[in-house]
Amino acid sequence: MSAHLSYGRVNLNILREAARKELREFLDKCGGSKAIVWDEYLTGPFGLIAQYSLLKEHEVEKMFTLKGGRLPAADVKNIIFFVRPRLELMDIIAENVISEDKMHSPRDFHMLFVPRRSMLCEQRLKEQGVLGSFINIDEYILDLIPYDGDLLSMESEGAFRECYLESDQTSLYHTAKGLMTLQALYGTIPQIFGKGECARHVANMMLRMKREFAGSQTQILPVFDSLLLLDRNVDLLTPLATQHLEGFLSIFIRYVKLPPEKFSAQKKQGEAGKDLPTEPKKMQLNSAEELYAEIRDKNFNGVGAALSKKAKIISAAFEERHSAKTVGEIKQFVSQLPHMQAARSSLANHTSIAELIKDITTSEAFFDNLTVEQEFMTGVDTDKVNTYIEDCIAQKDPLIKILRLVCMQSVCNNGLKQKLLDYYKREILQTYGYEHMLTLNNLEKTGLLKPQTSTRNNYPTIRKTLKLWMEDANEQNPNDISYVYSGYAPLSIRLTQVLARPGWRSIEEVLKMLPGPHFEERQQLPAGLHKKRQQGENRTTLVFFLGGVTYAEIAALRFLSQMEDGGTEYIIATTKLINGTSWIKSLMDRPEAQAS
Amino acid sequence: MIRGKPDEDEYWNSSKFKAFTFDDEDDDFTRLKESKRAVNSIRSLVEEEDEEDDVEKVSWSGEPVGSISWSVKETASSIRSTGEVRDQSFPKINTAPSLPKNSSGYSLSSLFKGTTHDWTPEETVKRMQQGKVYSLEKFRSLQDKLLLLDEAVNAHDGNVITAVLIYLKKSLSKENLFRELITREIALRHYIHFLKEIEEQKLLLMQYRDHLNIRDENKRRDFLKSCLSLPFSPDDATHVQDHYTLLERQIIIEANDKQVESSGQADIFKKYPRKASILNMPIITTLYYSCFYHYGESDGTYSSPANIRKTFRISDKQFLLTCLGARAKLKAWFDVDALFTTKNWLGYTKKRSPIGFHRIVDILQKNNAPVQVLQEYVNLVEDAEQKISLAQKYKCHDVIINTYRDLKDRQQLIVYRGKVERGSSEYRKIEEILSNSVR
Repeated sequence: MSAHLSYGRVNLNILREAARKELREFLDKCGGSKAIVWDEYLTGPFGLIAQYSLLKEHEVEKMFTLKGGRLPAADVKNIIFFVRPRLELMDIIAENVISEDKMHSPRDFHMLFVPRRSMLCEQRLKEQGVLGSFINIDEYILDLIPYDGDLLSMESEGAFRECYLESDQTSLYHTAKGLMTLQALYGTIPQIFGKGECARHVANMMLRMKREFAGSQTQILPVFDSLLLLDRNVDLLTPLATQHLEGFLSIFIRYVKLPPEKFSAQKKQGEAGKDLPTEPKKMQLNSAEELYAEIRDKNFNGVGAALSKKAKIISAAFEERHSAKTVGEIKQFVSQLPHMQAARSSLANHTSIAELIKDITTSEAFFDNLTVEQEFMTGVDTDKVNTYIEDCIAQKDPLIKILRLVCMQSVCNNGLKQKLLDYYKREILQTYGYEHMLTLNNLEKTGLLKPQTSTRNNYPTIRKTLKLWMEDANEQNPNDISYVYSGYAPLSIRLTQVLARPGWRSIEEVLKMLPGPHFEERQQLPAGLHKKRQQGENRTTLVFFLGGVTYAEIAALRFLSQMEDGGTEYIIATTKLINGTSWIKSLMDRPEAQAS
Repeated sequence: MIRGKPDEDEYWNSSKFKAFTFDDEDDDFTRLKESKRAVNSIRSLVEEEDEEDDVEKVSWSGEPVGSISWSVKETASSIRSTGEVRDQSFPKINTAPSLPKNSSGYSLSSLFKGTTHDWTPEETVKRMQQGKVYSLEKFRSLQDKLLLLDEAVNAHDGNVITAVLIYLKKSLSKENLFRELITREIALRHYIHFLKEIEEQKLLLMQYRDHLNIRDENKRRDFLKSCLSLPFSPDDATHVQDHYTLLERQIIIEANDKQVESSGQADIFKKYPRKASILNMPIITTLYYSCFYHYGESDGTYSSPANIRKTFRISDKQFLLTCLGARAKLKAWFDVDALFTTKNWLGYTKKRSPIGFHRIVDILQKNNAPVQVLQEYVNLVEDAEQKISLAQKYKCHDVIINTYRDLKDRQQLIVYRGKVERGSSEYRKIEEILSNSVR
C-alpha cells in the first residue's frame, strides 16, 4: 500500500514509518484488548499512515465511529478515543462515558488527541465530570502526513481560516514543528525562502527551534536543497479558478464515486453482468495506480487523448495472443495476463470517470463559467457588473459558485469599486438570505473580497510580469504550466519557477505588490554534510503552501519537476489539499446550515 | 462528519457557562498541587540525567487544569489493582515521540533553575509548548504578565496563548486587560475567540449571528430588533434592519395566509397548496411567494409585490425575473404579457425588458409555456442569428419561416422545408412563400 511513497526523489516512507512506530507505541501503552472510537474526520488521515492490520496486531478488536449515547457493546479491556481537540466532540465523549458508567462496565478509557492536547477540551471534560474516567490522555503529533510520493499534507482543514480570519496561528506552530521533524529525518535544509506574513512566522519559529536544540543536530546528509514557504494569501486567485481533472474528482479527496450505471457499462465486456452493482463504486486514487499517475495531471481537455492512446496499447497487447506460436511465447503471454487485465479494468474505470467529467465540461453552463473566469483573469471588464454573475444569482445557482466568481473579480481588479461591491452584496443577501452577511464579512476580512482603496490596479502588472496568461496553452502536449488552467499559469507556481531561475531579484517590484514580506534565510550545516552536487544533478526543493494547495498547483509543480532542463525537482507540502469549493466553504459562516 | 450542532446550540443557549474560573478551588487543592509540582520537577530532573533521550513530560501539570487531570489520574490508578499504569505513584504522560526529536537540548542549569520556579517568560512558554511543568503564578506584576503574553503571542501557539489569557483574565481587572489587549491585536483576537467559545460577551456580528440559534420566530424577531441598536457599520446596519423588517412581515403574512388557507376562502391556496412556511426565507423567495399568492393586491398591503419591492429596494431586473418566474409558473400569460408592455403617450404599446429577451424565452420555456407564447418573445430577440437558433431550439416554425422570408433566403427555406413534416401547416406555409416569391 505504501510502495508509491518510496519511488519518488525523496523517500517519504521514512516519515510514514516513523509515524507508524509512534502509533504502535501508544497502542502498546494501553495493554490488553481494545476498541477504538474514531472521530470520523481522522480516519482519512490515519488511513494514510496505517491499515487495520497494524491496529489488529496491537489488539485492536473493534472500531466504532464516535456518536452520542451509549457505546456499542464490545468485550474489550480498553476503549480508546481518537479525536481532534474539539469542544463539541468532548460533549459526545462525555455522553459516552456517562452512559457507560451506569452499566458498571469495567472497561478502561483512554484518549488520544490528534494532533495535540488542548486545555479547553480537558477543561470541558472536567466540567462534564468525566475527566477522571480517563486513564491515559495523550497526544499523537501527526503534523505532516505522506500523501503521495511527492506530497505531504497536514490535513488541517481550518488552517487558512484560523490564520487569516481568526488570527489563530497555532497551525503555523504545527507547521514549524512538522518541518523540524522533517529535518530530523531528512537533514537540515540549507536555504529557506519565503513570501508572506505566515511564511515569515514559520521561518522564524524554525530558526528559533533550531537554536534551542543546537548541539543535537542530526548528522544526516541533507536531502532537500531548499525550502520555499508560500502564504496562500499571496495567491488568492489560483484556488478560485476552476481546476483541471483531479480537482473535479476529488471533492472527497482521493476517492471517486462512480455511479452504478457508469460502472455497469464496463461489466458487459467482462463476465456476463448478472448482478449490477447498485452502490456507487469507490475508487482510491494515488500514483500507486499506474494509469492514474499518467493522467491525473492532465488538463481536462487532454485526458481523452491520453486514454485512447492507452486503450490502443492494451488492445494491441491482447492481440499478441494470436501471434504467440511457440510454447514459450504463450507462456510469456499468460504470465502477463494479470497485469494486462488490471490495466484493462483500470482503463475502463478511468474512461467512465472521463465520461462523467466530459458531461460536465462540455455543458453550456460550464463553458460559460470558464469564459467568465478567463475574462477576469485576462482583465476584461473586471470593474463592471458582470451579467453572468447577475444571471447566476437570479437563477439561484449555488452560493459558493457566486462567491467564487465575485471574489475572483475582486482579486483580478485589486478590489471592487464600493458601488459595485455593494450591489453584489445586496443581490446576494436578497437572494440567499441576510444571514450570509456573516460569510461576506469573513471574505472581506481575508481580503478575498474588498473595496478598491487605491485607484491603481496592480493585477495587470503582476499578470504581465509573471506571464500569468498564456494565449496558446497547449493542453495535450503542455510546454508551460499554464496548461493546468487552459491559459492561466498559477501565480504561486510562477513565483516558485522564477525563484529557481533566474531568482527573485528579477521580480522585486512584483513581490512588493503582493502581500507580506519576502525573505531568504540560510541554515548552517554541520561540517562535512555539505552536498557535493554531481554535474547535471537536479536540486530538490520543498514547497510548503501555508493555508492550502490546489491539485492544479500540484500538477504544475509535477510538470516542472519532469521538465528535462528544469534542474529542480519539487516535493510539495501543505496544510491541506483544497479546491475552490472546499476553500470558500471553510470561510463561510456555518456552511452546514446551507444544506438545509 | 460529526457535528454536535443541535446539542451544542442548546448547550450554548441554556447553560450559564462558568468556564475557566478556578476560584472554586480550595486551599487544600492548591497545596496539593504545589507539592506535586515540586516533586514532579525533581523527578524529571533525575530522569533526564538518567536517560537523556527519553524525557518524561508531564503535560500542563504546573497549571491547575493539568494538575486536576493529573491528580485524577493518580486516583484512577490507585483504584485500579496493579500493573497497567507504568508508574503508580507518579502518573505521567509520555508524549515524547519516538522520532529523533531533539529532546536532549536542555541544559542542566535550566533544570536547576526549574526547581526554584524562576523561569523567564521565554522559558515558561517553551516549557508550556513542550508540555513540561510550568507555573504562571509567579508572574505577578502587570509588566511581567505582559512580557509573558507577548512571548506567548510570539510562539504562535494558540493553546499557549489561551492558557496565558486565562491566567490574565483571572488575575487582572477587565479594564487593565482590555487596555493592554487593544495594543496586541493577535492576543485580542485570541481573547475574542476564547470569549466566543465561552459565551461571555459578544461582539456585534457575533451577537447578530446568535439569531441563527433561535428557533421560535417571534423570539428571533425580537432578538433581531434588539440588534438594531448595535453600532454596526452603516452597511451592515441596513442589512440587519432589512432582515428584521423581513421577518416581521413574514410573521404577519404567514399567520394570515395560514388562516386563509385553512378556511378554504381563497382559490389560489386550494389550487396550489403551500408547500412550506414563508418564515426565514430570503427576500427574493418571499417576493416570489408574494407574486404567486398575492399578485394584484394594492400597494398598501405588506404582502403585495409592489410593497415588498419598494421596502426592500429590489432592483428592476430582480423584480422582473422573480415576478416572471411566479406568473409563468401559474401559466398566467396575460400577466406575463403585462410585465413587458409599456405605453407611450400616444397610446401605442411596445414591449420592453431590462433583461435580454432570449433570457425571458428560456425562463418561459422552463415553465412549459405554449409555442404561441414562446414565439412572441422569440420574435422580440434582436439579434437575428440568436433569434433563429432559439426558434429552432423551441420549434417556433413561424418565427423561422418568417425570418427567412424577410431575409429573402430562399435556400434556407428549402432546407427548412425538408425538416418539417410533409403536409403540415408549416410545410404548406413554406410552399406558399416559395411559390409566391419572384425568382
